[in-house]
Amino acid sequence: MGIIKTKDLVFEYIRRDEDGNVEGITTAVDQVNLEVAQGEFIAILGHNGSGKSTLAKHINAILNPTEGTVWVDGMDTSKEENVWDIRQKAGMVFQNPDNQIIGQVVEEDVGFGPENMGIPTEEIWERVEESLRAVGMYAFRKHSPNKLSGGQKQRVSIAGVLAMHPQCIVLDEPTAMLDPRGRREVIRAVRGLNQVEGITVLLITHYMEEIIHADRVYVMDGGRIAMEGTPRDIFSQVERLKELRLDVPQVTLLAYELQQKGVRLPDGILTVKELADALQGYL
Amino acid sequence: MLRDITLGQYYQTESVIHRLDPRVKLAGTLLYIISLFLFRNFLGYVVAAVFLGIVIRLSRVPFRFMVKGMHAILFLLLFTVIFNLFLTPGVPLLTLWKLTITREGVEMAVTIAIRLTMLIIGSSIMTLTTTPNNLTDGMEKGMRPLKWIGVPVHEVAMMMSIALRFIPILLEETDKIMKAQIARGADFESGNLMKRAKAMVPLLVPLFISAFRRANDLAMAMESRCYRGGEGRTKMKPLVYKGRDRIGYLCIAIYLAVSIAVGRLPVF
Amino acid sequence: MSIILDHVNYIYGADTPLAVKALDDVCLQFPDGQFVGIIGHTGSGKSTLVQHLNGLVKATSGHIYVDGEDIYDRDYDRKKLRSKVGLVFQYPEHQLFEIDVFTDVCFGPRNLGLEKKEVELRAYEALRKVGLPEDLFYQSPFELSGGQKRRVAIAGVLAMKPQVLILDEPTAGLDPKGRDEILGQIKELQCTTGMTILLVSHSMEDVAEYVDRIIVMNKGRVMLDDEPREVFAQYKELEEVGLAAPQVTYILHELQERGFQVDVNATTIGEAAKTILQAIGKKKTNI
Repeated sequence: MGIIKTKDLVFEYIRRDEDGNVEGITTAVDQVNLEVAQGEFIAILGHNGSGKSTLAKHINAILNPTEGTVWVDGMDTSKEENVWDIRQKAGMVFQNPDNQIIGQVVEEDVGFGPENMGIPTEEIWERVEESLRAVGMYAFRKHSPNKLSGGQKQRVSIAGVLAMHPQCIVLDEPTAMLDPRGRREVIRAVRGLNQVEGITVLLITHYMEEIIHADRVYVMDGGRIAMEGTPRDIFSQVERLKELRLDVPQVTLLAYELQQKGVRLPDGILTVKELADALQGYL
Repeated sequence: MLRDITLGQYYQTESVIHRLDPRVKLAGTLLYIISLFLFRNFLGYVVAAVFLGIVIRLSRVPFRFMVKGMHAILFLLLFTVIFNLFLTPGVPLLTLWKLTITREGVEMAVTIAIRLTMLIIGSSIMTLTTTPNNLTDGMEKGMRPLKWIGVPVHEVAMMMSIALRFIPILLEETDKIMKAQIARGADFESGNLMKRAKAMVPLLVPLFISAFRRANDLAMAMESRCYRGGEGRTKMKPLVYKGRDRIGYLCIAIYLAVSIAVGRLPVF
Repeated sequence: MSIILDHVNYIYGADTPLAVKALDDVCLQFPDGQFVGIIGHTGSGKSTLVQHLNGLVKATSGHIYVDGEDIYDRDYDRKKLRSKVGLVFQYPEHQLFEIDVFTDVCFGPRNLGLEKKEVELRAYEALRKVGLPEDLFYQSPFELSGGQKRRVAIAGVLAMKPQVLILDEPTAGLDPKGRDEILGQIKELQCTTGMTILLVSHSMEDVAEYVDRIIVMNKGRVMLDDEPREVFAQYKELEEVGLAAPQVTYILHELQERGFQVDVNATTIGEAAKTILQAIGKKKTNI
C-alpha cells in the first residue's frame, strides 16, 4: 500500500439555518479513491469549492470521513489512537501564512512541532537547523515572522512541518495569497523537498504553472475526481479544463489555438521550448 | 498610527537583559511595580528612575522606541491624572467653575502620573526584551506551584503568548479595514460619543469575523503540528539559571532594599 | 476626470531609523476614461500609490491635482474626493459587515448623505452592474462564495458612483474562472460607463488583455509607463526586477531567434496565434 490511500471517501456536512434547523446536506467529497506512493509529487487541482481542501484535511486527520476510509502509512485516520502518529507522518501547510505561525521568532516556530512530539532539546535544535537550511531560511532564524514576506513565511511554515520528520507533506493552496515571486520561492522549496529529501508531496492549487513538474495530477470537481493523469495528459484537454473553471498555461493554450487552425502539433505542450521545437519543422 | 504601539512587541537585539532568564525579568518587573507603591517620598522615585535608566541602557532598546509606545496609553494616563486632580478632597488651591483643585489632589496626580509612567515603561522593558515564547516559558515554569491548586498554568501561558503574537497582525488589519471603510465614506472622527460608537460597527464586525477566522485557522495549524496541551512536551529552549541570572536576582534585591529604605524616609 | 501627480514622495515611518521611501518622485497623469494597469511586486509602492489618489495617505511632499484642484489645499473637500475616486481594497470582502448584501452596498451612498430612495436605487444598480443574481440580494454576505462576496464589495464602492475606480488586486485568491469573470466584468464596466479604471496587480498576464496602458512600479519609482506592447518589449529589464512579461512574449522572442518572422509585439494569445500562422503560412500549405 502507498503512503496515502483513500477508499470510497465521502464527506458530508449539514447546513443549518439561524434557528438550527437542517437546511440541507452538502457533499464536499464524493467517492474519492486515490493512492499515492512514497516519494511521488502529486498535484490536486480544482476551482474554489471543488472539495480539494476538504480532501486534504482528511489526510491530516483534521476531518474524519463520513463514509469510506483514509489510510496514512497503513494507519486508519478515523481511529483515535492513530491521530498523532498520522499528523507526524503527514504534515500540513495551510493557505494563510499569518494564521499558522505560532512562534514570535522564526526558529521557535520551527521548533514548535518537535516540542509537541516530546523530542529532546538537543535534537530539536538539530532539526530546526536542518529544516531551515532545507528551505533556505536559516539566515532568518532569529527574525520575527511579522517582518518576512509572504513567500518567506510560507517557507518557515514548511520548515515547521519538516522539523517533525514527516514522510509526506500536504500543502493546501500554499501560494494562493502570494505574489509571483513568493510563489516561485515556495514551489522551488517544495520541489527541493521532493527531489532532495524524497518526501512525498501533495500540492493543492489552482495555478496551472505549478503542476508542470508533478508526477501525477488529480483534478477535482464537485467533490469528485474529474480527471487523473500526468500533467501532459491533463493539459492536452484544454476544453475539459475550461469546463472545470480552470485554465492552462499560455503556451499550452497557444499551441491548442494553432492546432485548431490546422497546425499539426503534439498534444499537451508544456513549455516554450517544446512549442518552438515542435514548430521548427515549419521553418 | 496604529502600528506605533510597541507595548507587547519584541525588540530584537543582543543585550544582557535580553539574555536574562525570563523568570528573573518577571520577578524583577513584579517587585519593581510593588516597590513603586511603597514609596512615601519622591526620593524613592528617584532611585526607581535611576534603576530603570540603567536597565534601559543595558537593554540596548532605544529609549525613543519605548516612549513611542506610551502614546497609545496617553489617554488613560491623562484621564487618571485629571480624575485625581479634581476629585481628591483636601485643602483647596484653585476653583474652576464647580471643580476644585486641592493641594492633595496635585500631589496625588503627580504621584500617579510618575507611578504609571514608570510602571508602563518598566513592564514594556520586559516585553521588549523577552520573546513571548520565552516569557510564556518563564511564566509556566515560575508559576508551576499554582498547578497544584488547579490553575491551568500551561494553557494560560500559551493563550497569552498567542494573544501577543496576534496583536500586531490585528492592529495592521484594523488599520486596513478602517481605511477601506473610510474609502466608502465612513467617518470615525466627527459626531458625538453615541454617533462615534455607532460608526465603529463597520470596523468591529469585520475585525471580529477576521479574528475568529484566524483563531480557527490557528487551532487547526497547531493541532496538525501535534499540539495537545502541556503534557509530554519538551522545550527547545529549556530554562536553566545561569550565573548572570543569580546576579540579576541580586541586583533586584539590592534595588529593593535601597529604594524602599530611601523611599520610606520621612524627608519630604 | 483627470488626476495629476506632481513629484509625489512618501516616506513611511519618517523620523524613525526604519524610514522607507515608499514613493520616490512619482509624476503621473491619468486622463479620462483610460484603463490602466499598475504592476509591481509586493513592496514596490503600488498600493501606497493608489491610496494617495483618494486622500487616504498624504504625501510627504509633492502635489496631487484632481480635476485641476490641489487635494492638499486646506479648504479642499476630502470627503467629496472619496466619492469621486472609489478605491476597492485587496480582499475587499473582509470589510463586509451588514446583515444582508443590499444593506451593505447601501453603506457607501448613505454616507454621502443621499436620500433613501436614491441610496437604494444606486445600490440596486451597482449590484446589477457586477452581475450578482437578484435572489442573493437579501442573503447574508457571509454566506456567499468567495467570488460573489468580492462582487458585493466592489458594488459597495460602485454605488458611490465614482468617476475613477481603483481596484487593488481584485483577483487575489480567486480561481482562474473567477478571475476571468471579475476582469471581464470590470472591462465591461469601463466600456459601458467610460469610467477611468486603475487596476493594481502583480500579474502581467492578467492585465495584458484588458488595459490600454501599463505602469510598472519598482522600489517606489515609476519604472515603465507605456502601452502594453512597449512595456513587454522590455521583458529583460522586467526580469531584472523580479517581474515577467506574459509567456506569449517569451514564445515569440524564442521563435524569432530561431528564424521565424513573427511580430514579437503581440500581447495576447489571439494576436500571437495570428502572427505565428502568418509566419508559417506558406509552409503549412506545402505539407
